[in-house]
Amino acid sequence: MTWRPVLARTVALRHDRVRDTDLLLLPERVVVLHGRAGGVLRLCDGSRAVPEIVAVLSAAFPGAPVAAEVPEFLSALRKEGWLR
Amino acid sequence: MTAVEPPWALLAELTHACPLRCGYCSNPVRLIGRSVELGSGEWAEVFRQAGELGVVQTHLSGGEPLLRRDLPELVAAADTAGLHTQLVTSGVGLTERRLAGLVGAGLRGVQLSVQHAEPTAAERIAGAHSFAAKERAAGLIRAAGLPFGLNVVLHRGNLDAVEELIALGVAWGADRIELANTQYHGWAARNRAALLPEPGQVERARETVLRWRRRLDEPELVWVAPDLLTGTAKPCMGGWGRISLTVAPDGTVLPCPAAATLPGLDPPNVKDRRLAWIWRESTAFNAYRGESWMREPCRGCALRTTDFGGCRCQAYALTGDARNPDPACHHAPDHHLVPLRRTSTAATHRETPAETRREARREALMEPPGEPRREVRREAPVEPPGEVHRQAHREVLGEAHREAHREVLGEGGA
Repeated sequence: MTWRPVLARTVALRHDRVRDTDLLLLPERVVVLHGRAGGVLRLCDGSRAVPEIVAVLSAAFPGAPVAAEVPEFLSALRKEGWLR
Repeated sequence: MTAVEPPWALLAELTHACPLRCGYCSNPVRLIGRSVELGSGEWAEVFRQAGELGVVQTHLSGGEPLLRRDLPELVAAADTAGLHTQLVTSGVGLTERRLAGLVGAGLRGVQLSVQHAEPTAAERIAGAHSFAAKERAAGLIRAAGLPFGLNVVLHRGNLDAVEELIALGVAWGADRIELANTQYHGWAARNRAALLPEPGQVERARETVLRWRRRLDEPELVWVAPDLLTGTAKPCMGGWGRISLTVAPDGTVLPCPAAATLPGLDPPNVKDRRLAWIWRESTAFNAYRGESWMREPCRGCALRTTDFGGCRCQAYALTGDARNPDPACHHAPDHHLVPLRRTSTAATHRETPAETRREARREALMEPPGEPRREVRREAPVEPPGEVHRQAHREVLGEAHREAHREVLGEGGA
């Protein structure tokens, strides 16, 4: 079955106004997201497969190594249990 | 000192009242009465200021926070302030209607305490009929689809039931089970003799946790080690005035829920000062912030950036001076004062004089092992102590700075 990443039930994506950064809020934990990681995760709504997410980002950021980095990033978060 | 970084988390002790009587309660021995609790509007202002200051998470705790009738209002105020809210509860008093109201107000998760997997034993520890209510609460939390953590404070009376406790958490559908060995502050310090584990109990419980972890990816199993036994100081609160603050029911603001016991701290109150001033400027929050207060061997120790010198309250409780290195640490000059023998090494090593002293001390403490809750009752005629949640916070806070994936997308996506 195609993986359509979505944040786990216990994970909330939040913009932190004070620190001007994106965060993942988990029970007992805060994960600070850097760069455009938050933007990538906002595309993870359970409707898009990874290649679609890559396509959206490639169009938005031409020349960025999206295809090389985004799938790896998403798998890493899946391994943590933050993405399903 | 460099600029003070903003706090991440707020422990809101909404009340010290509680239907349970756990002998290890983390609330101070001198409980704060209901008549001097902050009102709804005052709490709303605390949450607003906390959000402005940089707090992103709050634990609505107690005592039993469900005893506050205005709880939905408080949840809504915290949520509006941008705080991610978790209810920390005994489950007593949680009905479907009550929970629906809280979820509607913006509640994001629940931590439920349980004392033992066996109802009679659980109620003996809790000092109240509560097990059926907890089971019902677990079902409601699951049905509401909320992130669900089960918290267990471990001590002599339930360490041998860790197997069953984990099975219970799995059966109740918890996302996370926190097994936290008792930290000996407040009521737990007072009832220490009855709570201290028997030799071998902690080691066996830990092995059980590891076995379950190998078997299951979920729920997440969190083991909070007993610092007195491991010889390693805990990174208390993730560092004093570094990650988290606690607001007591009457508005007193503390760097740690146990810190009220420290002499000369003169803790500030939200009724007198703004939270930003309290966090950045107050004497209490600067007392053990950073490293300049440290003594040897902490001062020159590589661990000082990970354990922050350990627990100030424990240093004070065991040595009489909060600036001393936490005796839990095996490097600490006062390590011999730790009232728990290290059972894993005792069998194989010849005892040193220090170990013998430790042994003698433990025997002395073992004298009347009576029910801890009985003592709590005697000592707290006005109001019962509440559940224990500080271990949970420690954990939080220890991990709060965890940074993810900077290198993955930091430059790449730009």
